[in-house]
Amino acid sequence: MSLLKVMNLKVSYGGIEALKGVSFEVEKGQIVTLIGANGAGKSTTLRAISGLVPIKSGTITYDGNVISGQQPQQIVSEGLCMVPEGRRVFPNLTVYENLRIGAYLRKDDITADVEHVYQLFPRLKERSWQLAGTLSGGEQQMLAVGRALMMRPKLLMMDEPSLGLAPLIIRNIFEIIQTLHEEGITILLVEQNANAALKIADYAFVLETGSLGMQGSGHDLLNDPGIKAAYLGKSSSK
Amino acid sequence: MKGCVYPVWNTIFPYLLSGISVGGQYALIAIGYTMVYGILRLINFAHGDVFMVAGILMVYISASGLPLFLSIPLVLLVTSLIGYLIERIAYKPLRQAPRMSVMISAIGVSYTLQNLVLYITGGLNQLYPTIPWISSSITIGSATTKIVTVITPFLTIALVVGLVLLINNTKIGMAMRAVSKDFETSQLMGININRVISVTFVIGSFLAGVGSLLYFSNYTTVIQTSGAMPGLKAFVAAVFGGIGSIPGAVIGAFIIGIAENIIKGLDIILFKAGLIAKPLGLATFSDAFTFALLIIILVVKPTGLFGEKTTDKV
Repeated sequence: MSLLKVMNLKVSYGGIEALKGVSFEVEKGQIVTLIGANGAGKSTTLRAISGLVPIKSGTITYDGNVISGQQPQQIVSEGLCMVPEGRRVFPNLTVYENLRIGAYLRKDDITADVEHVYQLFPRLKERSWQLAGTLSGGEQQMLAVGRALMMRPKLLMMDEPSLGLAPLIIRNIFEIIQTLHEEGITILLVEQNANAALKIADYAFVLETGSLGMQGSGHDLLNDPGIKAAYLGKSSSK
Repeated sequence: MKGCVYPVWNTIFPYLLSGISVGGQYALIAIGYTMVYGILRLINFAHGDVFMVAGILMVYISASGLPLFLSIPLVLLVTSLIGYLIERIAYKPLRQAPRMSVMISAIGVSYTLQNLVLYITGGLNQLYPTIPWISSSITIGSATTKIVTVITPFLTIALVVGLVLLINNTKIGMAMRAVSKDFETSQLMGININRVISVTFVIGSFLAGVGSLLYFSNYTTVIQTSGAMPGLKAFVAAVFGGIGSIPGAVIGAFIIGIAENIIKGLDIILFKAGLIAKPLGLATFSDAFTFALLIIILVVKPTGLFGEKTTDKV
């Protein structure tokens, strides 16, 4: 059963069509990735799903309900959460407060969830009283992921989690994505780092200037000559 | 020499006392400016008029014969409600509009409130009701003043401490801090930003209402333009302290209140100290000082005493 179903999604910014009718599905329990070049509409797709940008036409169905047109806070409350591009932690809040604000809508006890996040990212525990603005880029990314986990997401959307991070940290982030997947969270991953994304993805879609191009299993796309040439570069064809 | 110092101190003290009191009143207004700016990046030009409307409300509500213990809470409640409604009607529909549009809308609200009050009062000075006890006189050292002058700074500090605790320790306070940094991500956390903005306006208007009780108990008359000057002074205080910062606004307000009142008495102080032979009419410059300070701070340190160094929000 598909957890998220996007049908013929169109989004435009002041007359320019950023998405020209995109349709795809995310199966429950999978890691699905959207890859594509700059400006292909990857982030716009995620922002439209989370309710941050208004859609022109099309429907988004999540867990059997139509969510297109809902407010972001409603969508979040249903367990569809996003780790935004560029991390966007609250720099004026402490690490711990950033985690607490992730659980803003929850009324139950959050101590166990905080412990779980600290277990995944021990660095955050060491820095729990530090302002998030003082963290390094990698730590901020960990915090952004941890913050989203506080919402107990069923479907976690991640927008370019590897952006601007050192290779070692990127590997760490991708390991965490797999761990979360093993814990039962469905993941929709947007990446420019197509190589790393395809390696962990169950299924992948390629976005080309607002429309879907190829699709297939991560493994298939990784070995597709066209994809290799366009997104992976020659060196990664090992 | 020592015999000379005490009379000078005795001359300064009453001015200092009323300066601290006026500073407290400015502070209560300035918090509204600084909090709204912190969240919406909007200079709420109507804020001084909300302060004035609170004064007018008190005049009319107490004229209706309601006892004080009911009329004061009612004034504060209605003032908070007005702040809430202004945001809903004049600012919320412009959330996606350029910031300049919201500012122009604020100027519109300011004139609307003034003209509404002009229409209701006929443009006549309204006598502010005497609140027993706080309007009675008290003598401290060389100063004879109203009790309200003495309690203002304490009440101000208590309210500010309460506000800071609210912002630092409650869930809604945490949401306010988050929204002030990043609307979009706050929404992704499930925060209803419109609710947070409403709460901000309610708090700001409530404090302006308290400020108006204290201010008009001292100045005794209200007219439709009564909010302009205190509003402007409080705005300067907020900029001086670093707009967006609550402690900054409070400290800025106290500095401006004190400096302004010392300047009002400067002639007499200097004369008593034997530094000048005849009055120079320096009191005229007390308002000019405030605005000169605004220019200086904008030129020398545009972020104010405690302002954030970060660049403008996109």
